[in-house]
Amino acid sequence: MASTETTAKDKDGGDLAGLEAGLDALETVQTGRRPLRLTLREKVLPPVVAAVLVLAVWQALVSFEIVDDPTKLPSPGAVWHVLREAWLQGELLGYIWTSVSRGLLGFFFALLIGTPLGLLVARVKVVRAAIGPILSGLQSLPSVAWVPPAVIWLGLNNSMMYAVILLGAVPSIANGLVSGVDQVPPLFLRAGRTLGATGLKGTWYVVLPAALPGYVAGLKQGWAFSWRSLMAAEIIASFPDLGVGLGQLLENGRNASDMAMVFEAILLILTVGIAIDLLIFSPLERWVLRSRGLLVKG
Amino acid sequence: MATTLAKAADGIGAATHAARIEHVSKSFAGPAGQQLVLDDITLDVAPGEFVTLLGASGCGKSTLLNLVAGLDRPTAGGISTDGRPALMFQEHALFPWLTAGKNIELALKLRGVPKNERRGRAEELLELVRLKGAHGKRVHELSGGMRQRVALARALAQESRLLLMDEPFAALDAITRDVLHDELTRIWRETQLSVLFVTHNVREAVRLAQRVVLLSSRPGRIAREWTVGIPHPRRIEDTAVAELSVEITEELRGEIRRHGQH
Repeated sequence: MASTETTAKDKDGGDLAGLEAGLDALETVQTGRRPLRLTLREKVLPPVVAAVLVLAVWQALVSFEIVDDPTKLPSPGAVWHVLREAWLQGELLGYIWTSVSRGLLGFFFALLIGTPLGLLVARVKVVRAAIGPILSGLQSLPSVAWVPPAVIWLGLNNSMMYAVILLGAVPSIANGLVSGVDQVPPLFLRAGRTLGATGLKGTWYVVLPAALPGYVAGLKQGWAFSWRSLMAAEIIASFPDLGVGLGQLLENGRNASDMAMVFEAILLILTVGIAIDLLIFSPLERWVLRSRGLLVKG
Repeated sequence: MATTLAKAADGIGAATHAARIEHVSKSFAGPAGQQLVLDDITLDVAPGEFVTLLGASGCGKSTLLNLVAGLDRPTAGGISTDGRPALMFQEHALFPWLTAGKNIELALKLRGVPKNERRGRAEELLELVRLKGAHGKRVHELSGGMRQRVALARALAQESRLLLMDEPFAALDAITRDVLHDELTRIWRETQLSVLFVTHNVREAVRLAQRVVLLSSRPGRIAREWTVGIPHPRRIEDTAVAELSVEITEELRGEIRRHGQH
């Protein structure tokens, strides 16, 4: 049965190494950075053009007197004027900072609570069965619904703002982590176990890093929810002692029937929301995806 | 039973076998009640031996490998291994959030290798699989063959006496697979590892192994065994490899044909 025929085929190691090096060179993916000009043309130009178009339509509505009532639609110039005034009086940054500091601090607390909660729901069956559905259900509850009870429980103060942010953001962050953990390929878990990563080690070295993309998506959504909840809280529960944030600014504009101020506040809320996402969360997400080869360039 | 056997082996000191599989059966709960996947498998892998498990679909060869790896428990019988075996999969199973080198270093870390030794050891292992300089490469930057070599280096980092391989080259193109056969043979001979290699590719089995074990399907039983005496270096196109492959293929076809008859 045993075959013992000798085959005299000379094959030295160098030959194999050379063949292998050739294969490696042929099959390796070439990666390089995009040139800056291409990025500008493909990523920066389109949104700028879109914004300019919106401004042009807005200006046209006012200029051609299609909407001829400054209390309904102020001109872009009037809004710019209000913004400029606020800036010159040194109030603009104050409005922004009041809201952003609340938003980020609230988000930070939401992160501290949402992360272990998500991990617990993802890894412990009983906990998942008990609160998993509630947690995903909470995501569809508009966070503005939490404002009245929060005011009654905590009064008109900063704690109430933070409570509303937490109730809005914690479910998103926790759910992001849960879906991240659920999507960890079973192969990684098996590979981790054969390497000796079991129990807490498995969670730390395999499950958490593998779940990172889902977690970051949850953070991104969590920030959006934090910011929305905060604006709802600031608009509904505006109280002079709390300091003027962007939500209060909007409410003050409404009370004064000052449409330019209302537009100013809306623009600022939108800008801050986009800026935080663009400066913090999108780069974080891109970095996570790119380092894993999950980001398709194009 | 498995643990007592393992302890007994520890007591002797130098193990007389890398893996001992004794009367192992495994059944899973299926739609038609309990389904027997492996039936009374008894197989020893000697220290330094290269054994391939060959079989068609449904022979339970991957199940058997999982049992030996300790990822699952047998329904009956016992398995003992000389330490915890390393396992390589058909997919590379490298962690994409780590670089090639860091994947290997994680294996070293989990084995308790001190931090200051890990980097150097990882570089050595990469050199062993001829990937010098790939330490900082991301997994997605490597070709399929390179990924499997990093996976091999990571498995070797576990310093197990037994390497389990679950069709590790099945997803590669023919030339790359051929090159990796040569590499695996070289590394096996250099490291004196025991290898239990699962495949459905007869030529691959003959090209690599000292012993080919043919499993029948549904349930998996050991059908026949061949000792392969063809000296290394072997080539996939060698006449001796081809002749034995023909013989084994005939047997394998016979096994498969039996399933169509009832």
